Amino acid sequence: MKLVSEFRDPQLAAHLIKAMYRTSRRAVSLMEVCGTHTVAISKNGLRQMIPSPISLLSGPGCPVCVTSNRDLDKAIAVARQPGVILATFGDMMRVPGSYSSLSKERAEGCDVRVVYSTMDALRIAEANPHQKVVFYGVGFETTSPTIAASILEAKKRGITNYLVLSVHKLIPPAMKALLDSPELNLHGFICPGHVSVIIGSRPYQFISEQYHLPCVISGFEPLDILQSILMLVQALETGQAAVHIQYRRGVREEGNPVALRTLDQVFEVGDAEWRGLGLIPESGLKIRRKYRSWDAEEFLDLDVPAPRKAPGCLCGDILRGIKNPFDCPLFGGKCTPESPVGPCMVSSEGTCAAYYRYERYRVQDEDRGRRGEVPQLKPAG
Amino acid sequence: MCLAIPGRVIEIDGDQAEVEIGGIIRRASLALCPPVRVGQYVLLHAGFAIQVVDEEEAQETLRLLQEIGDIGEIS
Ligand code: SF4
Ligand code: SF4
Repeated sequence: MKLVSEFRDPQLAAHLIKAMYRTSRRAVSLMEVCGTHTVAISKNGLRQMIPSPISLLSGPGCPVCVTSNRDLDKAIAVARQPGVILATFGDMMRVPGSYSSLSKERAEGCDVRVVYSTMDALRIAEANPHQKVVFYGVGFETTSPTIAASILEAKKRGITNYLVLSVHKLIPPAMKALLDSPELNLHGFICPGHVSVIIGSRPYQFISEQYHLPCVISGFEPLDILQSILMLVQALETGQAAVHIQYRRGVREEGNPVALRTLDQVFEVGDAEWRGLGLIPESGLKIRRKYRSWDAEEFLDLDVPAPRKAPGCLCGDILRGIKNPFDCPLFGGKCTPESPVGPCMVSSEGTCAAYYRYERYRVQDEDRGRRGEVPQLKPAG
Repeated sequence: MCLAIPGRVIEIDGDQAEVEIGGIIRRASLALCPPVRVGQYVLLHAGFAIQVVDEEEAQETLRLLQEIGDIGEIS
């Protein structure tokens, strides 16, 4: 596939890794904020290829994982209301809330539908004029403009039975919350490529200016990620802290102005509750008053029981980058993708799911890396 | 969940487009996309084109990667 396979070339990857071995002097911890990066790192075995002084931590970058139990319980309560069709992205279905999940509710007769795009949800609303179609709006800046666009489209077409339950979140405030927590020891960020396609590089500026840490906005192919790691290591070795864009084919400094305008038209910033990070001021998106006819919060009078945390699950610590899945006693035993205890094992971008799928048996590779042999990137599979 | 994949725009009709990804044609909304022409690549996310891919920058990145390799050969 054009613009994809070129960025998977094993020989160029080997060059990048050699360059890292030449550059890397001291131990550094880099955080990949985004879950798609976590998956790419696990799947391609990048963790085991890079020099061992460089450690990669997974961050809070999967919107499925950071959705709080309270917000999951709310969606479940909405699905249980008579006359409601709940539409959502597929990733949300199996995530356990405090007491149930959307897929369990569907099995018990609630009308819950998986859609690929908000435009599909609008179509469902048009086809079912006597029911309320509630779209469960989960996602970061990459996704929230598509929800904003659907509300504008509903207004334009006069669709009044389409509502959005917004639990959208913003990435830069979460990064700030991480930086302000004393427990994390971090030297640089691999910033999410597709969030940055929308917001550009400027919103990360405070990280280099106030916290003096380098940031590299990275693409998602193995070469993208390896190059980003090399750029961060070079910055750290020379004492620079700036925001750089590695993913130049997709990210401009100013982001995508069309999407940003649409987002701002429909949403305003509000507080949001994150799994693992708690309530972060001004880290979420609420629907503006002007569009309240499409805001599910206005219409549904919900009785949601107090949330409860799954006993033993370390998802909260994993999302903050202070624990990894191997630290969790439930990992691979009581908690597997087939029978997940926490969201990090359900979401396709969840850290536990990625480690389970790709890294359970990689310990030997890691030993080889420690002996200084340069492992090879396997041809793309 | 923020997965976005590059596809080539093969037809534009108002704010809708047909985009080809690895031989499969998909409909996509252009409502969030900066101005784009047929033949250009866009990043597709959840049924929307969210950016035009800058192919020159893509080539530039690959050239840079090649260069890192060349430096390695010399040193
Ligand atoms: S939603 Fe975006 S930022 Fe989050 S994990 Fe997915 S790709 Fe990364
Ligand atoms: S392995 Fe399961 S229980 Fe443990 S942190 Fe991950 S999701 Fe939670």
